[in-house]
Amino acid sequence: MAMMARTIRNSASRRTMMMSRPIFGLRSMSSWWKNVEPAPKDPILGVTEAFLADPSPDKVNVGVVSLSLSLDLTDGAYRDDNGKPVVLDCVREAERRIAGTSFMEYLPMGGSVKMVEETLKLAYGDNSEFIKDKRIAAVQSLSGTGACRLFADFQTRFNPGSQIYIPVPTWSNHHNIWRDAQVPQKTYHYYHPETKGLDFKGLMDDVKNAPEGSFFLLHACAHNPTGVDPTEEQWREISQLFKAKNHFAFFDMAYQGFASGDPARDAKSIRIFLEDGHHIGISQSYAKNMGLYGQRVGCLSVLCENEKQAVTVKSQLQQLARPMYSNPPLHGAQIVSTILGDPELKSLWLKEVKIMADRIIGMRTTLRESLEKLGSPLSWEHVTKQIGMFCYSGLTPEQVDRLTSEYHIYMTRNGRISMAGVTTGNVGYLANAIHEVTKSS
Amino acid sequence: MDSVFSNVDRAPEDPILGVTVAYNNDPSPAKLNLGVGAYRTEEGKPLVLDVVRRAEQQLVNDPSRVKEYIPIAGLADFNKLSAKLILGADSPAIQESRVATIQCLSGTGSLRVGAEFLKKHYHQCVIFIPKPTWGNHPKVFNLAGLSVEYYRYYDPATRGLDFQGLLEDLGAAPSGAIVLLHACAHNPTGVDPTSEQWEKIRQLIRSKSLLPFFDSAYQGFASGSLDTDAHSVRTFVADGGECLIAQSYAKNMGLYGERVGALSIVCKSADVASKVESQVKLVVRPMYSSPPIHGASIVATILKSSDMYNDWTIELKGMADRIISMRQQLFEALQAKGTPGDWSHIIKQIGMFTFTGLNKEQVAFMTKEYHIYMTSDGRISMAGLSTKTVPHLVDAIHAAVTRVV
Repeated sequence: MAMMARTIRNSASRRTMMMSRPIFGLRSMSSWWKNVEPAPKDPILGVTEAFLADPSPDKVNVGVVSLSLSLDLTDGAYRDDNGKPVVLDCVREAERRIAGTSFMEYLPMGGSVKMVEETLKLAYGDNSEFIKDKRIAAVQSLSGTGACRLFADFQTRFNPGSQIYIPVPTWSNHHNIWRDAQVPQKTYHYYHPETKGLDFKGLMDDVKNAPEGSFFLLHACAHNPTGVDPTEEQWREISQLFKAKNHFAFFDMAYQGFASGDPARDAKSIRIFLEDGHHIGISQSYAKNMGLYGQRVGCLSVLCENEKQAVTVKSQLQQLARPMYSNPPLHGAQIVSTILGDPELKSLWLKEVKIMADRIIGMRTTLRESLEKLGSPLSWEHVTKQIGMFCYSGLTPEQVDRLTSEYHIYMTRNGRISMAGVTTGNVGYLANAIHEVTKSS
Repeated sequence: MDSVFSNVDRAPEDPILGVTVAYNNDPSPAKLNLGVGAYRTEEGKPLVLDVVRRAEQQLVNDPSRVKEYIPIAGLADFNKLSAKLILGADSPAIQESRVATIQCLSGTGSLRVGAEFLKKHYHQCVIFIPKPTWGNHPKVFNLAGLSVEYYRYYDPATRGLDFQGLLEDLGAAPSGAIVLLHACAHNPTGVDPTSEQWEKIRQLIRSKSLLPFFDSAYQGFASGSLDTDAHSVRTFVADGGECLIAQSYAKNMGLYGERVGALSIVCKSADVASKVESQVKLVVRPMYSSPPIHGASIVATILKSSDMYNDWTIELKGMADRIISMRQQLFEALQAKGTPGDWSHIIKQIGMFTFTGLNKEQVAFMTKEYHIYMTSDGRISMAGLSTKTVPHLVDAIHAAVTRVV
């Protein structure tokens, strides 16, 4: 019998680990899996497979945006108005400058110092006192996933026994990340299906009822997958309640700049928490806002009490990175440093980010107006209220199935539309199809 | 507000990477960095291979290239070509589709992903690693949840292989235990088994159903021949048994910072290999989702062009030859100076590193008095030496050996 096919068995004679990780038996793993959403790979990969098999020339894929993906496809990837993937001009220029480099040596374990410096400015503000006071422990990470995983591993090592509160719904890989880091998970209310907006009361109740000092995962902007973000006022209330409860806020910011078109505005939630004195953690990704998906470039930062603690925490983050990949990849970091370190290129980047965000916002408006013009009995306000890559349409699985079978429109059965797949060329068709399957609602 | 991490202690410097940190802080013009295993030219400069530059230019000039996510398992052609490189193009395991290959972040990433996979799906949680081994090995396996045991490897008395000890320790390992093997150019000692010894090791491992996990970080870099340096791996695969292989392109293609490598799992059947691959992907996804595209694209570009491949083998041999030449020069210079001791291990050992046999105190002395940086176990990176700097090193070794005991 092939050795490889055997399932796990915890050997009783296992030597005690030198780390503070508790030994997890299958019991805790199986009880956790009961609550987990199915990995989206299948429902979305299935969508793509069906899309590819569909011979109709009218077919529109708004489920999966990048057809070459075989990974967690809830991320999606930006498309231009011709439905084509985009490499930003600032990135092409940066690559031209970098090619032929004489440096391909190892980066430090914590990654490119320059890239991290520039990245912190984006999240914390150009003139952030925390940057000046060197209070931020920060390392280059493998995009957002890598930053979340490093933080989760750090959490398990230095706050053993702590749990992570995760919103419902969330990017499905969040569950996998904290599970593999062996951090137990809890959920908090977030999306309100009735209003297709935020369940603010539910969220605040859960925050209040969580034990003091709990760890919470927050989406800084452009919540994935719903597109529903708290308002500024709501963020302030959340921050105040977090303060009262001494909770730890970990922000996953995967769409800065990509949501509203303005990076400072998209970081508002983080800035509010910083103003209120929280010591937060942040995962930043350049996958979407610089289109650097495949380069895997991001940053994990943890705001500390003082410089000494920041040095300490950073040293421990490096200890977690070293046995995972030793040091992070160079190329993506070089692209980011080149762009953000050159005022002209940075300015070009900001322009290009705004173009991407504006196109998506434009498509939201057009989709909503089209549906209203068609005389839909339903409200489509949420299409323009939601923000970022995704729209949680409110379509039922049956309606989604009809869209697929009758109109060759593909999306995930939870009704989530990746707006990046919508173009001026297909929005009319999409609106019409949605209207047809919902008009008798 | 109090930090929730105020209980965190400062971690010690990484012993290997910390050497470079100390070196960088040293103002002396005579300083010599023999710490990290990164190749240096005769002029002491890092080297980006010409063929790598060409591949990069090709990629940059191709407007059709996009930067999308690549699959969780990495670039398909990179994976196929990497498997061919280590196993041989005619490998039956490849022809029978029995090899699951996943692009990972260099050797470290391949080891970690492989170890996590084993922790989840293999019936044994113990891995036997050679004593000594690369300092990061135990950390990688510990964090993956495996327990680490050692097998004897280096014999300080002979500065060669403790073959008897190795056979005894692996012979006493529990059935099914995982065994880490350095495919060639053992790090840090430079001591490799002979082919005859490898054959005995293979027989022992198979007879006890131990699971070999090869770390191949120096293919082509050790002897100058890609095939020769893959010999140990290929004999294991030729017997039809299963194994894991972690490949790195850091040294042999000079792609250090791009973090390019591959994990191959050779299985008994194509069906098993396919299932194994699907499970490895579940390890990768919550770690970093998918591997970085750039380095793998460069490798694939080179490996699939017969011209570039040939040019690469020439540059690779050039690097290996320079290192072999440095070994010769160092050995002869020590002989000429009459430095006490038998220094023949310098030319017997192979690959990037020489285990000098110098002790901690002698190393500290050489750093303080001669500004020579190496890891405290006496390991020197031959790649950091040049014809010009050999005399300085010889002076330092001589002084250390005669003045510090």
